[in-house]
Amino acid sequence: MSFLQLHALCKNYGATRAVSDLNLSVEQGEFVSLLGPSGCGKTTTLQMIAGIEAVSSGRIVLDGQDITHTKTSSRGLGIVFQTYALFPHMTVAENVGFGLEMRHCPKAERDQRVAEALALVRLDQHGQRYPRQLSGGQRQRVALARALVIRPPVLLLDEPLSNLDAKLREEMQFELRRIQRQVGTTTVMVTHDQSEALSVSDRVVVMEAGRITQVDHPEAVYEHPGNRFIATFVGKANLIPAQVVAGEHGPEISLGPLQLAVPGLRQTPGTGVLVGLRPEKLRLCAPGQGRLSGRVLERFFLGSQWLYRLNSPLGELLLLAPNDGGDTLAVGADAGIDWPLHVTRVLDTTGVAAALHATEALA
Amino acid sequence: MKKPIPWLLSAPALCLFATLLITPLLLTAVLSFNGFDYATGVKEGEYTLAQYTHLFSDSYYLGIFWRTFWVAGLTTLICMVVGAPQAYVLSRMGSPWRSILLLVVLAPLLVSVVVRAFGWSMLLGPEGLINQALMALGLGRVKLLYTEAAVVIALVHVMLPFMVIPVWTSLQKLDPSVEHAAASLQASPFSIVRRIVLPQVMPGILSGSLIVFGLSASSFAIPGLLGGRRLKMVATIVYDEYLHELNWPQGAAVALTLLVANLIVMLSYNRLVERRYQKALG
Repeated sequence: MSFLQLHALCKNYGATRAVSDLNLSVEQGEFVSLLGPSGCGKTTTLQMIAGIEAVSSGRIVLDGQDITHTKTSSRGLGIVFQTYALFPHMTVAENVGFGLEMRHCPKAERDQRVAEALALVRLDQHGQRYPRQLSGGQRQRVALARALVIRPPVLLLDEPLSNLDAKLREEMQFELRRIQRQVGTTTVMVTHDQSEALSVSDRVVVMEAGRITQVDHPEAVYEHPGNRFIATFVGKANLIPAQVVAGEHGPEISLGPLQLAVPGLRQTPGTGVLVGLRPEKLRLCAPGQGRLSGRVLERFFLGSQWLYRLNSPLGELLLLAPNDGGDTLAVGADAGIDWPLHVTRVLDTTGVAAALHATEALA
Repeated sequence: MKKPIPWLLSAPALCLFATLLITPLLLTAVLSFNGFDYATGVKEGEYTLAQYTHLFSDSYYLGIFWRTFWVAGLTTLICMVVGAPQAYVLSRMGSPWRSILLLVVLAPLLVSVVVRAFGWSMLLGPEGLINQALMALGLGRVKLLYTEAAVVIALVHVMLPFMVIPVWTSLQKLDPSVEHAAASLQASPFSIVRRIVLPQVMPGILSGSLIVFGLSASSFAIPGLLGGRRLKMVATIVYDEYLHELNWPQGAAVALTLLVANLIVMLSYNRLVERRYQKALG
């Protein structure tokens, strides 16, 4: 029995369907991210769990209890809002203590728990400050402490890091994970940032146009994207149209000049497919060697890596090469492109269900 | 002057203020100290404190000042109690009702105060709609017109938009998820309003009440028309001194005292409330 369950959850705004037929089970202590582009219904889903948005149809079950139509104030969930929604007229300690005060927690216990929560987010020195005297990252941590201090069964995070600058965001990702591990609260986070979702979650739920298209562990979502959209939304990918053809030992992929015996291929010969190749899985080698020949069109220095845009018989390919101190290729240079066969991903050109099928085949 | 442009840009406004506000005010101040004689009129060049000693020693004037301030205070209080929730409800409404009802709130501003005062006198008069209704219910006639009650009712009607608008403005600045956050922390709707919304719109209520109090204390048309000849407020006696008694220095002294008293009340109120909220709201 899962801790938090969403059954066939739907949300309609007039004729438009923001969330349709969403099913999800979250285990106790799990950190799940809802990942998708803006307008995919991820925030609406979170708000339905929080009780801020009414559910059009479907059920929400928390720890065996149906909370579909329970008011926000009776659900007792911890919520961190995108804007943090701190109470500007209260000090940090008053903000954090507000939830306990509303639960009529005695003063002594309240002070103790507020101090603990502030220590957890490393803000124990800032209890008497007002929110406007804090930096963005500190406000974010106050919001987290305020949500956690009531010891909620589920913590809901709505794009918690999107208002922070890049460096702080990275720090807070790990901080968030540390805190969540420490308190063990079941957490659902909404984000449009794939690296955020991949780095902190136990499971990633990819959403697209109000539906779930893939639910998997971060590595699996990245390595075996369920469809074309996921392949490009989660990380970068070279997607090349290809054909399944009959080979000597079962079906093979005909990719431009190449014929690849990709293991575990399920599609029947004659089907059109997409071949997905992650840029960092491609390797440069000497001209004339490797699977393909290519010429450097552009190159970008990313610090730890070089990003090459190469012209090849398959069209333009992106390739990430580690900055290992070795030779780099200049624009216009010829090179060979190689990759191990097992990193070749085969995606159906259309159809979410079929794509999920293909993922299973590859996994 | 290092930067002439800001001064140049504000020059038209400064000229306007200097000629239309500062100059008449100074002239009024000088006038209030001039000597006066009923036979010869204003004695220019002769200075006396007679008007002020008269003003502060006569219980007639003191009574009128007292009435003016409690009427203005009561009007402010009612506007606060009615206007702040009204603005809150308005801001929570969906379109198109929000725009329509906001227009209804502001509509009275489009009608002249004099017209509205006559409207109220028709409603509140001995043969007015309210008394007719009371008679029909067998409750008997109530004297409403030419009482403080009539003045307060009409003032509230006139002043309400001046309370609703500032409160509305500060409500617009409120992050809507703050209320959701409070609800998620198990605050009841009442606690949300009292603990979260009200403190944050306090600056709006404060500026609204300052506007309402200032305008009410110096209002002329409403007390003039609904208070009648006997129920006087400060602005109406300034008018009487100038145009009936022809005692200009006395009128100027009353007007100036009203200005100073109004300033003292408003500034001390402002300091009192602001000191409480300044720390939290910056």
